[in-house]
Amino acid sequence: MAEVKTKGEVIFNRAAVIAVLIALVIMLTPIFWIAATAFKPRNLATTAPPTVFFEPTLSPFAKLFTKRSQLREPVEEATYEAAPWWEKLVFDGGEQVVRNKKTGEATSSGYGNRYLNSLIVSIISTFLAVSMGTITAYGFSRFRVPGEQDWLFFILSTRMLPPIVVAIPMFLMYRAVGLYDTHIGLIILYTAFNLSFAVWIMKGFIDEIPREYEEAALVDGYTRLQAFRKIVLPEALTGIAATAVFCFITAWNEYAFALMMTSRNAQTAPPYIPSQVGSGLSDWTVIASGAFLFLVPVAIFTFLLRNHLLRGMSFGAIRK
Amino acid sequence: MADVMTRLDPDTRAAARGLSDLSIRNLFIIPTIAFLIIFNVFPLIYSLATAFTDYRASTSAESNWVGLANFRELLSDPNIWRNFTITAKYVIISVTGQVFVGFGLAMLLNRPIPLKGLITTLLLLPMMMSPAVVGLFWKLLYDPSFGIINYFLGLGKFEWLADPQMALYAVAIVDIWMWSPFVMLLSLAGLSAVPKHLYEAAEIDRAGPFYTFFRITLPLVAPILMIAIIFRTMEAFKTFDHAYILSTQPTTELIAIRLYKMAFLEWQTGMSSAFAYIVLIVVVAITNIYVKYLNKAKAR
Repeated sequence: MAEVKTKGEVIFNRAAVIAVLIALVIMLTPIFWIAATAFKPRNLATTAPPTVFFEPTLSPFAKLFTKRSQLREPVEEATYEAAPWWEKLVFDGGEQVVRNKKTGEATSSGYGNRYLNSLIVSIISTFLAVSMGTITAYGFSRFRVPGEQDWLFFILSTRMLPPIVVAIPMFLMYRAVGLYDTHIGLIILYTAFNLSFAVWIMKGFIDEIPREYEEAALVDGYTRLQAFRKIVLPEALTGIAATAVFCFITAWNEYAFALMMTSRNAQTAPPYIPSQVGSGLSDWTVIASGAFLFLVPVAIFTFLLRNHLLRGMSFGAIRK
Repeated sequence: MADVMTRLDPDTRAAARGLSDLSIRNLFIIPTIAFLIIFNVFPLIYSLATAFTDYRASTSAESNWVGLANFRELLSDPNIWRNFTITAKYVIISVTGQVFVGFGLAMLLNRPIPLKGLITTLLLLPMMMSPAVVGLFWKLLYDPSFGIINYFLGLGKFEWLADPQMALYAVAIVDIWMWSPFVMLLSLAGLSAVPKHLYEAAEIDRAGPFYTFFRITLPLVAPILMIAIIFRTMEAFKTFDHAYILSTQPTTELIAIRLYKMAFLEWQTGMSSAFAYIVLIVVVAITNIYVKYLNKAKAR
């Protein structure tokens, strides 16, 4: 279907290009709107008709990271001049940063901590899942394991459970052993969640590395572990990187467990951002800036990972 | 040296070289399996025990063994059946939508399109995002007074989420937006695997585009499309994140949302464990279909 020959096909092909572009615009508009709203002054975020052209401001980001109160009266010239640049952005939005009475420091909104929690939990759980997943995949790929297919299916099946079903007993257990609202608690959960995935994907990658490479190394006097470290691991590196990014994105985006297993200390950003909507007039620019910052790593990884996406998302399932 | 080593019997050889293959295998596999059992199987056993009690995690009161009472009450509760009906409807709407949009996009992208790689990558962005954050943002897009959807579609003050009839479709649209790219991705893989000579043969036979599509393209892509459908069905059945954030209506109360409310807002721990088990049985049934088709497709 690759070649275009007749006049009719040329027209048909142009129509296809236009259809793809329209689809692309439709699919990307919500994301564009998140990004645009994150840079709007508050009064332009909720206008009818919607504002498309505006002068971008960083005030939503300044507000995102601080606790604020509404300005009752205009700020004095001296105070305004003395304030750091990001605080001036907040003044311009008609708000003022709440400062600690004793130290005079700006009070944090908690988003920074939540973002940091997301990073800690995602990075550590990804590291654990990928390293355990890789060696287990190697074990399954290279050695005879009794009931291999059953074990692999068991590993896959752990991923098929609805998270909510496991969440109820996990919550009770976590509360009993003191893992509720801790980073370690979330890390363990996300590792368990990603591990099955990592085993399956890595098995696909390791199966493709010829066994002869290691056998040659063994003949040369390497031990099995040395052969694994010096021959197999470097060969599997692209697979490891792709799996790691997938595990990171899954952990980074996770919402249900974070909602049920954390409250203040270890909560990640996904349950935090929605909690800021509240019931009254919510400042959508601030919510959008929080969402925007949260989407940036995922967007970057999507571009880095584009060639591995198919393999990963299909879970190794369609591999022959 | 190497010759001597290979000629020795395996045990001696292993002893001479540190860990034996058997112990490496066990060392590599057993921790993972143990870990998964502790964090998946053990909780299930734990909640099975809870399912037969009237335990409430919010009080310190002793829990009592109530036998099958929880299950009996759940299965005779029309509201629970309504949750299942809503979920089934939601799954059908969103999976059908995803197949049409995703397969349609794949058909378009399977032609010579400039910047195909970049376009495909950009189309994948929605499914890489956090469903909770996505759900939140669609709330703004759906807003009746200042949302851009009503503005662009010229719908005035149309209520997407507050209208009981519309709300489930609104939630499904978000799911379609997020996951059509997944169907597209699998379909593209399927389409690229169709042997070119079949099309050439069809051309020689002067077969029309419809004939080519229904007799060549579709049958050959069908197995992979089936995998996408089953996979999305399983996932849609479990939907929680964006639906929980978007839904305000009882008409959008999917099973996962009901289960969450029962367990963590009403604190009916025992009852919700029993409910979780009913859901689990349904998921296992769907999973079995999935595995059956998976093996069929693999055997092809």
